[in-house]
Order: sequence, then C-alpha cells, then structure tokens
Amino acid sequence: MSETRTDGGSEDYEHYEAVVVGCGPGGAAAAARLAEHGIETLVLERGVEAGSKNVSGGLIYAEDSAPYTIDDLFPDFREEAAERPVTDYHIHNIDGRQVTTYDLTDLHEHDTDWCDAVLRRTMDSWLEQRVHEKTSETGGGVLTGVRVNGLLRENGEIVGVTCDELDPIRADYIVAADGVNSELARAADLMDWDEPDEWFQGVKAVVDMDADVINDRFSIEEGEGVAHLFSGDLFEDVRGGGFLYTNEDTLSIGTVFHLDSLVAEEAEPHELLDALLTHPLLAQWFDGEYNELEYSAKLVPDSKKVAHREPYADNLVLVGDAGGQMQAQGPIIKGMNHAVTAGALAADAYALTRGNADPEAAGRRYTTMLEQSGTMGKLRPRRYELTSTVGEHDLVTKAVEGVLNSPVGSIAVGNPIAKRLLPKAYNSPFLVGMLPDTSMAYTTLPSLIGEKHGRTVHWENEIEPPSLEERIGDLTYNTDVGNPHILLQDESFEASGAAVYACPVSAEDFGGGCYRAETVKTNGSEEKLVSLDTQPCVECGTCAIVADTEWTHPRGEKGVEYKQG
Amino acid sequence: MRSIVLTKGVPDFSEGAVSFDEDGHLERGKTPTVMNPNDHFALRAALQTRVRHGGHVSGMSMGPPSYSSVLEEAMGEIYSDDSYLLSDRELAASDTWATAITLSAAIEKYQEEVTDVDLVFAGFKTADGETGHTGPQTAWCLEWPIVTHVIALDIDPDERVLRAKRLVEGDVDEIETVEAPLPCFVVTDPEFEPTYRKAAHRLEHKRLRAATEERVEDFDDHLTTWDHEDLRLDSEYIGLDGSPTIVSSVDPIPKAPSEREATMIDPGDSGGMEQVLEELQPYAGGD
Repeated sequence: MSETRTDGGSEDYEHYEAVVVGCGPGGAAAAARLAEHGIETLVLERGVEAGSKNVSGGLIYAEDSAPYTIDDLFPDFREEAAERPVTDYHIHNIDGRQVTTYDLTDLHEHDTDWCDAVLRRTMDSWLEQRVHEKTSETGGGVLTGVRVNGLLRENGEIVGVTCDELDPIRADYIVAADGVNSELARAADLMDWDEPDEWFQGVKAVVDMDADVINDRFSIEEGEGVAHLFSGDLFEDVRGGGFLYTNEDTLSIGTVFHLDSLVAEEAEPHELLDALLTHPLLAQWFDGEYNELEYSAKLVPDSKKVAHREPYADNLVLVGDAGGQMQAQGPIIKGMNHAVTAGALAADAYALTRGNADPEAAGRRYTTMLEQSGTMGKLRPRRYELTSTVGEHDLVTKAVEGVLNSPVGSIAVGNPIAKRLLPKAYNSPFLVGMLPDTSMAYTTLPSLIGEKHGRTVHWENEIEPPSLEERIGDLTYNTDVGNPHILLQDESFEASGAAVYACPVSAEDFGGGCYRAETVKTNGSEEKLVSLDTQPCVECGTCAIVADTEWTHPRGEKGVEYKQG
Repeated sequence: MRSIVLTKGVPDFSEGAVSFDEDGHLERGKTPTVMNPNDHFALRAALQTRVRHGGHVSGMSMGPPSYSSVLEEAMGEIYSDDSYLLSDRELAASDTWATAITLSAAIEKYQEEVTDVDLVFAGFKTADGETGHTGPQTAWCLEWPIVTHVIALDIDPDERVLRAKRLVEGDVDEIETVEAPLPCFVVTDPEFEPTYRKAAHRLEHKRLRAATEERVEDFDDHLTTWDHEDLRLDSEYIGLDGSPTIVSSVDPIPKAPSEREATMIDPGDSGGMEQVLEELQPYAGGD
C-alpha cells in the first residue's frame, strides 16, 4: 500500500503496512480483521508454534454484548479449537471439611452466548493456521520463532519493530499483542511492572482423564462440561481461589492469587495448588488416580487497575493482556474474549483512519471504540471505582471482617434468610463487580458460608501431586545456553528474596528452581543472597515484579514450550 | 535464478552395515543408501538462493533407480521443483572422471532442452569416495568457474555475479570473499549457514514448504530419468570402461589396540573402592 507508506529514510528496511506482535487470541483477531480489510499484515510470534508460550485458566466466553466474538472471526472455532462447553457452573465455599456449594449458572450465563473450555496449544496453533491463510492473501503471513525485542524509532517516533531473528521492520501500524509481559508496552512507556497489587498469578495443572471417565465422574454427557470454583480457607490467608474445568479428555485445575498477597504471606504457589488438588472435595473426581500432564503458570493483569485507558503511543496499540485487558472480578474471569474484541477493534480503527497523516489517529479511534463498545466499562467497572476506595481501606476491611467474624456477623451469614439470599447475591453481576479485593471476599465470607451452611465432606483424598522437581522435569525446554533472558540486578534478599517463594518454579529449600536463597559469609558477617538460574523458567514474569531484575523473553523458539497451555 | 543441485546417494555408514565383496568392492546392494551428508549444505545454499531470488531448483543425481529416494529426500529439504536421475547399467561403476563427464553432459542437455542454468550446487566431497574430485571435474567439463568451500553466499541477479565467503584451505580461521560471474559452480562447505533476516524471505520459505508438501506426494510425476543414450554418451567414456581410476583394494583400518589395562572392581567392595581412591589421589590436586 504505497500511498500510506511513511518511509523514505536512508535505511533500506522491509516494510509492512501492519505488524501484529503475538499470535494469541488478541493478535489473531487483529490480524484476521486487518486482512479482511485488505491490509498487508505480518504476524510475528516468538514460540515454535502459536500457543507454545501461552497459558490460560481455560474458559473463553462469547458475550452477547460484545461487538466481536472469536467464532465471528473464526467460524469453525468451537468445533476445531475448543474443548467442552461449560453447561454447569458451581462455586464451593470451603471451611475445612465443611463445604457449601452454590450453583452459579445464572451469573455464568449472564451476557454469555456460549463459553468453552480451551487448551491454548491446541487453540492458538489452530488460530495461527487460519490467520496465516488470511494474512497470506494480502501479502503478509505468520512467522513463528521470531521475537520482537523493541521498537524502531525515527526522530523519537515509533516507526517499526526490532527483532532478534530479523532485520528491523517498518510498519504503518503496530499491534502489540505480546501478552502479559509485553516488551513493547514497556518500550512505549505504556506499562510499568512495579506494583504486585496490580497483578494476579495463576498456576495450573492439566490432568489426564479419559472422556468417558469425565462424563461419568462429573455426571455429564458428551458435549457437556462443568466449571467448579473454590474459595475459602483452603489457601490459608492468601487471597484468591481455585478452579476446575473439564476439557475433552483432560481437566484444567488451577489457582489464582493476588500477587501482593502471595508475597505478603510468603506462600509457595505450587503448594497452594496442591492444597486444592488434595482437598477431600476433589476426591470424588479423582477416585485415587492422578496423572498430571503439565504444570504451568501465568501472570494475570488486574484490569480494574491496569487496563490502559489510552492504550496507544504513536502508531502502536496494545491489545489483550499487553493492554491489561483481563477482567478478574470475584468468580468472573474473562480475558481472551476481551482480547478478541480489542484486537478486532484495533484492526477496524486502523482501517477507518488509514491514510490519515497523524500516526495516532488509529490509536485514538481504537480508544474511543473500546469505550463505546462497553469493553472498557467491563474491564474497569464504574462500580468498582466507587467501592474500591472503601474496599481497599484497611480500617474498613478490618471492621467488616470483624463484624463477619463476630457472633453477630456469623449469625447474619448463618441465618436461614441469608441461606437463600447469598446464592442470589453471588449470581448478581452487579454485586460481584463491586467485590473488593480483600480477604473478606476471598476467605472470610466463603469460609463462613462453608461453616454455617456447609455439609461435611467425608471423602479421603489420597492422591499425591508431583513434586516441583518432577513438574519442572516434565516440561519441555529449549534452553538458550549461555544467554539467560533474565538478569538479577540486585541479589540482596531484601530486594529479590520474594522471588524465591513467589516464583512458581522456585521454592525455599529447593535447589532445582530459578531462584535460590544462599547465606554467604563475608568478613565474619553473614549475608543472605539470592541467585538465579533461568533454565527452569516458565516465563510468567512474576520475578520481574517482585524482584529486581532486567526481564526479557527468551529469543524465538527458546525457553519453555507448553504442550497443553 | 535457475539452479541445479547435485546430490548423491551414499552407503549409510552410520548403520555400520557396510559390506565389501571378496575383491574389496563395496556391496551397494547390501548397504542402505542415504543422501550424502555433505550434500545437505549444498541443498541449503540452493534453497537460500531460491528463497531470496525466486526461480527454480532441480535436483540431479546419478545412480541406480533406487536413488530416486535421495532425490525425493532432497525435494523435501530444498523444495526442488523437479528431479533428474541419470541412470542405466552402462553408467555403473563410474569413477569421478566418468561421473563428471556424465553430469556435465546432463547439465548441457538441461541447458539445451529445458533452460539456461545460473548455478550448480554440490556438496563438499562424498562420504563414500571422499575424493572431492567430481565437482571440480564437472565444472571443468562445463568450462564454468568454480567456487569451493563456500560458507556464505550472496547473489546479484542484475549484475549476474555471485559474492561468496569461502574458507581458504578449508581452514575456519582464514576466510576470503570472492566474486564470480554466473553461471557458476558452487561447492558448499559444511560450515555453510543459510541466513534469513527478512520477513519476506521467511514467508517465502514457508510458502515453498507448504507447496512442496503437496508436490512430494506425487514425486514420480516430477522425476525425469535419462540414460546414456539420452545424454548421447559413448559407453567407452562412461561407466567402468570410462573410469581410469583403479582401486587396488579396500582394507578395513585395524582398530588400534588399547595400551591401558583395566581392572574390574565391584562398587560394593569397600576395599576395592579404597584402592580406586588411592589410585586417583595423585591426580586430585590437578597435577
């Protein structure tokens, strides 16, 4: 498209009209839509195949109110790339062995056209094929094994991208869909990584189970699936919860916690996952058998705090996790659907402003479209903005918890009217949107519900989850020997010690993980230091936030390769 | 760019399945055939040229009909468009000279009947003969320039020249850059590394791979076999009769006897282990 070319500088770089970085759902949606507009689009993906670097809890939604859903853009998506649809949705409030289960199907079905469990390797690699077909038609295509490492600037203005594996590429439009640890968002000064309270961390186990056995144990038919959420006291005081989703012939079981809470409680993520896996409630589904196929981890941006209100700089726009577009409010966890919407809108915004001499015209249009489509309102609910000042206020929280823990509060939750009201409240999108991020919502209330209304679970769960060492050993790595992608800037325990436990592949007293604490004796005094070995890294980015590091992704095709995702 | 890649089937030495007859001749029939390992580098150079400059690549090999499997492997690897097998009984037992005459005749026939050729690629000596003669002799027959030990290749289609980095004397420490006019015969070194630093090249690579996956399915439709009559070669100059080389005998190299003596010690025997430690002690200090 020579009429919109802005190059002509002395450097003879390649030029594409649009470059999309990352081929997850956000990048795939953007690229597919750009190609539909006839725009020459190059997609750069750092994994050996799209999906090999991706993890999600596992549910993708198609919202009635969304301007784009993934099956709008990729019509065979559900048949070809998804696992089971969620036809049943439950939350379990746990207090020891006491469990109160609420049916959350009403909340789940609110604004939901459909919702399917997915495994990202299968899903994203399927998307990659479709995107390559579409973008090839307009002179572009998808390239895997290429890591975009920065922005090409001219007179301070963004004009393209730089890569490890390719010479710099000029582009009239750049879609950064490079995930939660977006190097482009940081390069464009659109994201910092400083605050643990802006993030969640999720860890997940994909567990092998025959389709027939799943149908039998979860009382479902072929083509049906269930989602179970878990909250209460099984994670001590760490704020977060657990989930279990049924795939075709596997289960996705995981936990998601506020990163600041993990750090504050010095909790080991893999042990919290094990606390869920070994809870008596889960015995009914394992029947003593447990075969874990893959252990994985991921950071999750808290869109309430970090969804960028103006996710653009010059001709670059942020899509999906890169733009903080991950909605996690109580039992509602929606990310991929928003990435799809945002990607498609980013493409439309460029098509509408194509030829405009102002490089930020598309970014501004994209921002407006995110607002007008209601997407930004879901990511940053106004109700939360209003209540968050209250919710996060320690004194208020303590007061509320004090009341709940008091005989009066317990009676209130435990009374028969509450028994009827609570499930309704849980199913209210309005109330759930207001849930403050305190242990009151995650732990105190659920465990109180469990205690007051619960039935005692008498099953014995005797499964033994693999050790962290075994989990790391089962992962596939293509190690970039001698070229570590993370550098520890400050090795003092004060600066970087939190990574020893918060890193999902490190643990205290475990020598085979990324981060280890060592006591070093110097001149008669002892000093506690942190050391780093990036070989077992699962590229979640936790240490970039809780430790003092220089954090980048490994080069194309290097590092961990997820087979499930 | 129009290229021909010369590739050869060789006995699979890795299997240890090589057998010789009483006269010391290799028993090909009893030894599995694989593509000459060094040819892979030639294939990569041809593919890089094809990806960067477009055009057409033909694979060519001389040998019995079963060698078409080597050409098929080559098609899968370099996405060659078609294949030429030079095969008949009269060509059997050719030495490097007879082979060079046959190959050059085939390249000339290709130029007359198909189209002009810009580049011929060959690997750095074969794993069976190890002479390194066939390439240079073929270039000599064609009266083409030849560049050997190529580790990097750049082609200027407009100027019709190639610029190559080559190892002098095959030594990695000494690299020279040479220029040669097209058409040219290129022999690649095992150090050859193709580079694809442009997205357009990688996309073309991907496109070619997809197209080849379909083409390989119908490999035989893209295979042409020429015998010595097609090549208008007099049988006196080819095959065993045309081969001046005389191999007097092939002797297996005897294994050098070990000069060290081994003592077996049971790891459960603590006295024996102490002996081991005692033996090792003098070396523990690093001296």
